[in-house]
Amino acid sequence: MAGRTLYDKLWDSHVVREEADGTALLYIDRHLVHEVTSPQAFEGLRLAGRTLWRPQANLATPDHNVPTTEREKGIVDPVSRLQVETLGQNCVEFGITEFGMDDPRQGIVHVIGPEQGATLPGMTVVCGDSHTSTHGAFAALAMGIGTSEVEHVLATQCLIQKKSKNMRITVDGVLAAGVTAKDIALAIIGKIGTAGGTGFTIEFAGSAIRDLSMEGRMTLCNMTIEAGARAGLVAVDDQTIEYVRGRPYSPDEKSWPQAVDYWQGLHTDMDAVFDSEILLQAEDIRPQVSWGTSPEMVVSIDDEVPDPQQEADAVKREGMISALKYMGLESGMAIRDIPLDKVFIGSCTNSRIEDIRAAAAVVSGHKVSGTVKLAMVVPGSGLVKAQAEKEGLDKIFIDAGFEWRDPGCSMCLAMNADRLEEGERCASTSNRNFEGRQGRGGRTHLVSPAVAAAAAIAGHFIDPIRLEN
Amino acid sequence: MKKFTLVDAIVAPMDRPNVDTDAIIPKQFLKSIKRSGFGPNLFDEWRYLDVGEPGKDNSKRPLNPDFVLNQERYQGAEILLTRKNFGCGSSREHAPWALEDYGFSVVIAPSFADIFFNNCFKNGILPIVLDEETVDDLFKAVHDNAGYKLVVNLQDQVIIMPDGKKITYDVDSFRKHCLLEGLDDIGLTLQHVEAIHQYEKNQSKTTPWLFADAEINDN
Repeated sequence: MAGRTLYDKLWDSHVVREEADGTALLYIDRHLVHEVTSPQAFEGLRLAGRTLWRPQANLATPDHNVPTTEREKGIVDPVSRLQVETLGQNCVEFGITEFGMDDPRQGIVHVIGPEQGATLPGMTVVCGDSHTSTHGAFAALAMGIGTSEVEHVLATQCLIQKKSKNMRITVDGVLAAGVTAKDIALAIIGKIGTAGGTGFTIEFAGSAIRDLSMEGRMTLCNMTIEAGARAGLVAVDDQTIEYVRGRPYSPDEKSWPQAVDYWQGLHTDMDAVFDSEILLQAEDIRPQVSWGTSPEMVVSIDDEVPDPQQEADAVKREGMISALKYMGLESGMAIRDIPLDKVFIGSCTNSRIEDIRAAAAVVSGHKVSGTVKLAMVVPGSGLVKAQAEKEGLDKIFIDAGFEWRDPGCSMCLAMNADRLEEGERCASTSNRNFEGRQGRGGRTHLVSPAVAAAAAIAGHFIDPIRLEN
Repeated sequence: MKKFTLVDAIVAPMDRPNVDTDAIIPKQFLKSIKRSGFGPNLFDEWRYLDVGEPGKDNSKRPLNPDFVLNQERYQGAEILLTRKNFGCGSSREHAPWALEDYGFSVVIAPSFADIFFNNCFKNGILPIVLDEETVDDLFKAVHDNAGYKLVVNLQDQVIIMPDGKKITYDVDSFRKHCLLEGLDDIGLTLQHVEAIHQYEKNQSKTTPWLFADAEINDN
């Protein structure tokens, strides 16, 4: 028998039954729940008189709608408030553990899963949110699902699915100073496109991936969906195991040796064959900045805004012209010369402690540019926020003129009060630069935390290592 | 879910690639705790000239005359023709809910994003993948002929053009069966309760730390 990929192993160990045509019933170990994509699922259960298959496999928190300021006043918008309250009521009714808005452990669902040890190697993890791919950093098969599937998982602890193909993206070499996991992710999407991974599960491998922290691997796997793949994976190594050790939901001391033994098998066999292989060299990757309205419209910070007339494909060319118009940019303009109105450091892509530290290191000793209207840091969870404050990072940001907020999805998708106004331009550490994503008419440039921090100081894009001290 | 029947309807063209689910239904409408009523806000930012908010009377809002679905010739369309990677981005099932509520039951494109594609089948929408050349030809036909209609037959997996020409397409046999019968996935899965219990029993020996909650071990 040929060797198996990591994805093959995760898939095989979760198949409950399989039809002749490959349609499988896949067992789900962990289901994360938030307020936006779950109310209709709970309502569906109620209407059908169904109960939860396994309440303890679920963990819930409100994140998309929650305010990031003056939380003690509650949620002002009555529609948002109803949705958050509905989650709370559903969790009580169905017996699900919820970290509510006032719980110090509340945060973005993809930050708190790993933080709590609720995401473990070898698991299947799903959530009604496309960025569930984040959890693949732990060699867990993790993917976003729709609300009908949320209901299906609540009722059966399973999903009906067909297996994807295997892709491996290998990044060898050593990243230059100031180049991060976010830049790897954007460089990959720039190379393969937003549909490049459609139909695949992508495993990230190579020395540059091994050298990433767990936070960096989460950033990379988080952006897998932006390359079209539902799931991204990184094999287990010592770092994975050390990260998981001692967390609230991690195995107890009795099970720990058996768990570690099992986890160490979670890697691709030497003789396994992938359906597609892509290679990148870490040294070729520079800090990335998106210029358009799709994450694949990305260049390095030293480049210029591209010229649609150089694009041979007519549909792509039209897309570029329309993106430039929306973004208010001219081709040939240096990325460095793009001025910013707002800076957002946060989201499930880049709001973990390492991201906050990286941004703080750039900001330290500087002031936010007078031309920047608002620069904000939104930690990914209450525990990330507390840790950052313990390290004094909040002071660095506040002294520089940043706002230091409470945890949530915030301006990544602007479901709460944090948003761009028409025409405003933002350096954002989030994951999507779609039209209107951060507010109708808002213009998003996707960057790493270090680049966002440097942009806040300079008022325009600048390679963080060129920021003068 | 209602059964998918023969569709004989006007085709509306959306001639751009990578239409994301944020564009299909913007975030402010995701605050609803209901499953219906999203149709008037389908493609909200492109369709109206003002800013849409939940609770606003959409019938009084200024329409963008340039937007394709606002044009007279595409009124009553039930088939959406579009370009590659339709439905990319957010997993929000509100996107197919909005399409279905508006009146679309078929989307034709050279490719779809995975999660959206999957969500369509749960809501009685048939996403059809055709090669780029065929899609190009259809765009041309829709452009050149006001009131252009197609017949979409799922039983025989065939699209019939006004001149009688046929285009065949692939569809997963299980999903086809569910669409045609209007089947509820949960009901189907619950026919395999014993298999799920058996899986849990076996797996709780291999990875006991994942089954620490007593209810599983009691089975």
